[in-house]
Amino acid sequence: MATVTEGRLFGKSIKRREDPRFITGRGTYVDDVKLPGMTYAAFVRSPHAHARIKAIDAARARKVPGVIAVYTSQEIKVGGLPCGWMLPGIKVPTRPVLAQGKARYVGEPVAIVIGETPYAAKDGAEAVSVTYEALQGVSDGKKAHQKGAPQLFDEIPSNECFYWTIGDKAAAEAAFKSAATVVSQPLLNQRLIPNAIEPRACVASHSPATDELTLWVTSQNPHVHRLLMAAFVLAIPETKMRVIAPDVGGGFGSKIFVYNEEVAVSWASRTLKRPVKWTAERRESFLNDAHGRDHVTEAEMAFSREGTITGLRVKTHANLGAYLSTFAPLIPSYLYGPLLSGVYKIPAIFCEVWGMLSNTAPVDAYRGAGRPEATFLLERVMDRAARQLRLDPAELRRKNFIPAFTGGTPYQTPVAFAYDSGDYEPALQRALELSGYEQVRREQAAARQKGRYLGIGVTTYIEACGPAPSAVAGSLGAGAGLWESGQVRVDPTGTVTVFTGSHSHGQGHETTFAQIVADELGIPMEHIEVVHGDTARIPFGMGTYGSRSACVGGSAIVKCLDKIKEKGRKIAAHLLEAGEQDLVFQGGTWSVKGSPDKKKAWGEVALMAYLAHNIPQGMEPGLEATSFYDPVNFTFPFGAHVAVVEVDAETGAVTILKYVAVDDVGRVINPMIVDGMVHGGIAQGVGQALWEHGIYTDDGQLLSGTMMDYAMPKADSLPSYVTDRTVTPSPINPLGVKGAGETGTIASTPTIANAVMDALEPFGVRHLDMPLTPGKIWKAVAATKKK
Amino acid sequence: MNVPVTMTINGQKYSHEVEPRLLLVHYIREVVGLTGTHVGCDTSQCGACTMFTVQADGAKITTIEGMAKNGELHPIQQGFWEKHGLQCGFCTPGMIMTAAQILERHPKPTEEQIRHQLEGNLCRCTGYHNIVKAIQWAAEHMPAKK
Repeated sequence: MATVTEGRLFGKSIKRREDPRFITGRGTYVDDVKLPGMTYAAFVRSPHAHARIKAIDAARARKVPGVIAVYTSQEIKVGGLPCGWMLPGIKVPTRPVLAQGKARYVGEPVAIVIGETPYAAKDGAEAVSVTYEALQGVSDGKKAHQKGAPQLFDEIPSNECFYWTIGDKAAAEAAFKSAATVVSQPLLNQRLIPNAIEPRACVASHSPATDELTLWVTSQNPHVHRLLMAAFVLAIPETKMRVIAPDVGGGFGSKIFVYNEEVAVSWASRTLKRPVKWTAERRESFLNDAHGRDHVTEAEMAFSREGTITGLRVKTHANLGAYLSTFAPLIPSYLYGPLLSGVYKIPAIFCEVWGMLSNTAPVDAYRGAGRPEATFLLERVMDRAARQLRLDPAELRRKNFIPAFTGGTPYQTPVAFAYDSGDYEPALQRALELSGYEQVRREQAAARQKGRYLGIGVTTYIEACGPAPSAVAGSLGAGAGLWESGQVRVDPTGTVTVFTGSHSHGQGHETTFAQIVADELGIPMEHIEVVHGDTARIPFGMGTYGSRSACVGGSAIVKCLDKIKEKGRKIAAHLLEAGEQDLVFQGGTWSVKGSPDKKKAWGEVALMAYLAHNIPQGMEPGLEATSFYDPVNFTFPFGAHVAVVEVDAETGAVTILKYVAVDDVGRVINPMIVDGMVHGGIAQGVGQALWEHGIYTDDGQLLSGTMMDYAMPKADSLPSYVTDRTVTPSPINPLGVKGAGETGTIASTPTIANAVMDALEPFGVRHLDMPLTPGKIWKAVAATKKK
Repeated sequence: MNVPVTMTINGQKYSHEVEPRLLLVHYIREVVGLTGTHVGCDTSQCGACTMFTVQADGAKITTIEGMAKNGELHPIQQGFWEKHGLQCGFCTPGMIMTAAQILERHPKPTEEQIRHQLEGNLCRCTGYHNIVKAIQWAAEHMPAKK
């Protein structure tokens, strides 16, 4: 494939083409879809974390004015929700669409009520009477493992879904035996609730005329939805199902998965022969959107006398919730363990993970997915180590960096990954400069004298984007290939439609992909349309997650453009009666080298491709190309973040004074868009460090179940951010891009946690579990004062 | 029992009979058909989901669809476009309408004022950085009041 580099538009902050419809209120989100004869669904959900369902009485509900039907698992007899990633020895519990016999978490759907209006459906749901026999529940992933813990499934003893390891146990043990210093730290990576601002929603419409089911759904990957629902759940031909993910209001992972609601709604539409709509109330998002993180970990790192890392051992209990969500097993295994080398040379690593079931909402990928967990672990332990070794935290990191490798030879870690390219020192250097690190350290010392507590947090990180080579994914348990599709269709007038299998739910594909195409074909952006999110229009595609759209989806488009240009060149050469090798293609025109007057414009060639009056003999008419791009490796963005915070020792309140992010995401197609994603990522990671926590009681009641109880990052508690970049192109794809969607989230959580703990250093507080709320900090400080 | 309501939305008069419990936001979206107004947090952070339709009887309402005039974007809309103040676009209408209120009360707001006044509106994409910039841009480009 040809390599694409910065051009007329590639690398420029072009204003987004999708914005005019959003800023005028003309976007079309799923809840905006309105069809004739529409009915509305509401769900009856379990109020118990763990209970036997003794009886469901819907007689009264069926009499509520406007209620059309009530269905339970008695009626909806379809396949269970599938899990798309298998690990060796994994025990997969059956996940019914509606609870069957037992409810296993608060919010699990038990019945669906269909009404003529949303209000009628909700009235009906209120009137359904379910008799439960409450059972003891368990919400903590580690406690669920203990002897005598409540059992969710008879067939899964000790609630242990899988045990998974990576690395070399013997080598790690040897490293610890000969270590000069060992740093140990138990860590809690708390449960988070994704909270995309658009709640999940779906509209299913079955046509009795064609037997086709059309499903509008808040999805990051419409073809994955179609495949899993048609093949595994509804058992209908894929040809009879169309999935449309129109404008989608943020995903952050939570809209990758196939959920109970869209299946029940689809089944209801097929049964009633009427369209059915369901839109989550925020309360339902809290209860049933797949949650994120929830690790209980013991980590220890071995060091030589000089402060060189010699080994790392990790034991993690990953709470997977009551059932396995679509990609749940992948997140705490292959997206976690292989990240544990970070940007550091670590000769020996051994990581053990127990995948645990508990009476909580299913846990799956959430922005970063496994990588934030690994990074938080490494970076907190590195900070503890710096303190223990009496080294500056930046210096300890620098000392252990993997040396630069930018020549195309990958760096092999001891935990499977071979990094594509990296040069970690300049990013750290730049972040330290931008934060005025030395100066701030001096200010910190001076402030402490006055009883003010500044803290400086430093994080260096790696991230793995662009999943993934399909053969590798398959060998690790994926139920799907992880290539991406693209299609470029040229019209006779020379306008171009680009179809991509990836999906934009805020990422700005309509702009960035058009920038690439406009540059490569030398035509104006206005002549290019980018289409995504509709299985009836795009080729089979894998969708957007893991920061894969540019590096995998974009590369598929580049492959198409190569084919288009090759055919165009043949037609132009034929028309100009010149040799193909004698043509140059520039600015949308093929011209003969040395005789620039002999030329054919893009539009002329496009027209001739369709007129076919004068094209090379044997050539098929038309000008379009489809490609499926399978990446040869992940890409590995990296960077360094520095935060300066102030902790009020009297109240425990944390103020972020400065936040600096220097990221290396490879080549950048649109700097404005990349900066925007970094900003949002930082806020989300800060949210985890300081505020957000999906709290269940020990027996499984969700305490933080509304926006009143779950503290989302808000404008007034965040600063403006300083962002910068170093650029180390990825050698593995034609665009040289690495991925920018998750870096901010991955780096900012440990950066802020490290900064707060640095501020608390004078109090001798070494570690607090996130979120670092004022109450928690105040208590820790107060406890030290009592001594 | 349904009750009659009449209100003016974006300069156009609407009269309907509605259930007394119908929320204004559902009336605007479902009955009037202006879907630019979104329901996001559902927990009264901004308050858009706390008002009944009947409470707005006789009111004059502007929604996001009424901000651009004669095909010209409102300076706040333009600001969000210029400064990349949106990503997924879902919170954007609420942010723009809140910004209009902020600039009404503070024509030259400080960053702190903007951040404080945005407290009721949630965005999960932008980290608020560019939303603040967008409102600052709008403040600079608002036509002078007569």
